[in-house]
Amino acid sequence: MFLIPNAVVRFFHRMASPPHFYAFTDKVMPWLIIIFVLLTGFGLYGGLYLAPSDYQQGDSYRIIYIHVPSAWMSLFIYMVMAISGAIGLVWRIKLAEIVAISSAPIGASFTFIALFTGSLWGKPMWGTWWVWDARLTSELILLFLYLGVIGLYGAIDDKRVASKAVAILALVGVVNIPIIHYSVEWWNTLHQGPTVTKMDKPSIHVSMLIPLLLMALSFKFYYLIALIQRIRIELLQRERNAQWVKAKILELRL
Amino acid sequence: MSLDEFISMGGYGFYVWTSYGVTFCVLLANIIIPIAQRKQFFAKALNKQKKSL
Repeated sequence: MFLIPNAVVRFFHRMASPPHFYAFTDKVMPWLIIIFVLLTGFGLYGGLYLAPSDYQQGDSYRIIYIHVPSAWMSLFIYMVMAISGAIGLVWRIKLAEIVAISSAPIGASFTFIALFTGSLWGKPMWGTWWVWDARLTSELILLFLYLGVIGLYGAIDDKRVASKAVAILALVGVVNIPIIHYSVEWWNTLHQGPTVTKMDKPSIHVSMLIPLLLMALSFKFYYLIALIQRIRIELLQRERNAQWVKAKILELRL
Repeated sequence: MSLDEFISMGGYGFYVWTSYGVTFCVLLANIIIPIAQRKQFFAKALNKQKKSL
């Protein structure tokens, strides 16, 4: 603990308290939106307009600017969900439980987008909308894991018990994450290998790489924005009898 | 590049723009739904308060 500055510890302590979190996110939200809009604007301009066509795939490859960032997000959000679920499970921190369950619909959305745009990319390039190969199948399982988390949470009335159950399910599902990542190396697959995360040198030109990284960053900020919105409604519903929520309602009346 | 060329995406316009369109709609829904739920939450709470007075 002595390695972490006191101010940082205090910050996390305060953030774990619902009213502080609510007030803090109110303040940072406009900045998050500004950064998100800028990143998306430059990313799309670079990807759809400035970047040249691919010498093999023509302009169809431009789907990459949403397909790959979405696929990355689908894995990233799953890890956030599992880790915050575990934190909630061990330390019973309410905000960690809420981060976990609030991430699920956003993660499911990105997984759906990755599958859907992949299908639209596969049709002109591979000649098929879908194949049951390792990458596609494991990503589909990821979607079912997300939907399972959402369904399980909705099925249990006591939200603290529901959070426990969901955290365990999410943790079990973590085994799928390395399977998705390495599927293109472990099995023969139609899906192309990694172009960006190769350790030596990414096999993508810099004029294509920069917009891709901008979009990846833009989706991270989108996740923050969407997550905060979800957390807020979840907090209000769970804490509807708490003093700070009553004060908020009273504020609205005046 | 002309606007027509841009929209046709070298013949892949349907695939590219459907991808971007669906992505936009899904991401937008993820913002609108929780905000609508929050509005509904406050509307309900205000109603309840009024009735109890």
